[in-house]
Amino acid sequence: MTGRLRHLPPTSAGAFADAILPCRFAGVVYEARGKRLIDGLDLEIVAGPRTVILGPNGAGKSLTLRLAHGLIHPTAGRIVWQNRKLDGAGRGPRRQAMVFQKPVLLRRSVAANLDYALAVHRVRGTARSRRRDEALARTGLTAYARQSARTLSGGEQQRLAMARAWALRPQVLFLDEPTASLDPAATHAIEEIVQAMHAEGCKIVMTTHDLGQARRLADEVVFLNRGRVVERGPADRFFERPESQPARDFLAGKLVW
Amino acid sequence: MDYLVEAFRAAFDLIVALDADLVEIVGLSLRVSLSAVLIAAAIGLPLGAAVALFDFPGRSAVIVTLNALMGLPPVVVGLIVYLFLSRAGPLGVLGLLFTPTAMIVAQVILVLPIVAALARQAIEDLWAEYREQLVSLGAGPLRAIPTLLWDARATLVTALLAGFGRASAEVGAVMIVGGNIDHVTRVMTTTIALETSKGDLALALGLGIVLLLLTFAINGAAEGVRRFARARMA
Repeated sequence: MTGRLRHLPPTSAGAFADAILPCRFAGVVYEARGKRLIDGLDLEIVAGPRTVILGPNGAGKSLTLRLAHGLIHPTAGRIVWQNRKLDGAGRGPRRQAMVFQKPVLLRRSVAANLDYALAVHRVRGTARSRRRDEALARTGLTAYARQSARTLSGGEQQRLAMARAWALRPQVLFLDEPTASLDPAATHAIEEIVQAMHAEGCKIVMTTHDLGQARRLADEVVFLNRGRVVERGPADRFFERPESQPARDFLAGKLVW
Repeated sequence: MDYLVEAFRAAFDLIVALDADLVEIVGLSLRVSLSAVLIAAAIGLPLGAAVALFDFPGRSAVIVTLNALMGLPPVVVGLIVYLFLSRAGPLGVLGLLFTPTAMIVAQVILVLPIVAALARQAIEDLWAEYREQLVSLGAGPLRAIPTLLWDARATLVTALLAGFGRASAEVGAVMIVGGNIDHVTRVMTTTIALETSKGDLALALGLGIVLLLLTFAINGAAEGVRRFARARMA
């Protein structure tokens, strides 16, 4: 990261007149190619604490985020946001955002990537440029505004993805292993942004394979295995005294069955 | 050998002197082919993008049809357009037969499948990359299509070039629906065919050289644009 993150006054993202949380999964099943990947998932995501979803490969962590975000739809069961069934992905502005492991950036400049996202959310005129500039400043990308997004380094690209999410002022931010391919400095920068967004009232729901990162960021942990919630609780308790054998095996670095 | 040298010399003389007939024929050729490519692009690019994005019954059949139509025989297209535009045909009342407009119509039919099929492939590849992000942002299909077309612009230039190549080199369809009428519908390819059959190789060769130069110039310019766009977009 070139330069420190600028610490600006918080935006008004924390106060939501029309809150979309809690989000409830009720007996959610997701099947693909004849395989049951999510198997009767019951989960409640509430406003406030940073939720980190842990689990071995194939546990269903990324699928859980995609289901919640509406990128895929349950084969059975229901996902309800604030007592409303929400399946409106792709239908106008949303109050949730997602950052993927590999950032997908449009083939245009850094600033144009933010402008595009804000335009989709019907933010126009001076409000758009103000929110764009603010997000760039907060993520340390102001100097790159006119540069092609695709020429940024991996860490800068992921910061741009975070800036794009931040500019939208989401109530919930889903992060799917956002630092999986980043070096320690870039990882630290992303974690700072996550902390700052949370401080402004944005709910963080994140998956990671990095247990150190989970310890740093998590207020609560949801541990998944084979498409089900095996254990859930405050982060301190989970890391100190995991209750289930799969969670103990996972934390000990053993294969989880 | 002298015969060939003489023909080439006469052809270059026509080009250097900017012979009025030659200039008129080149101008009409460009007008017809570029109009056809523009119309085909206006229809074919969004059509290709829509086929790439939307899942609907018969989609595979549409894709196979678009791909197959890329190889449409020009004389068959010319014949069909002729039947529709001839006085006894369903569109005969428009009086378009043997006009440049009829030639544009025929060339649009030839170019459209090329533009649509190549656009469909390019957009489908880009959609695979962009889909989750655009859906995540809340961009519906109507917003996604122009986004994908813009971001695939470097690739789509190739599709338009292929369309222009097809239109500018085509002779069968424009001969049938245009009639190769002097000063009205005579374009480079039909003139080359006619003058060769008459044994007047100077004009035929001159036009052939111009056609080749135009093809090289347009492809060169497009490659420059594509490289510039790629460099800026990385």
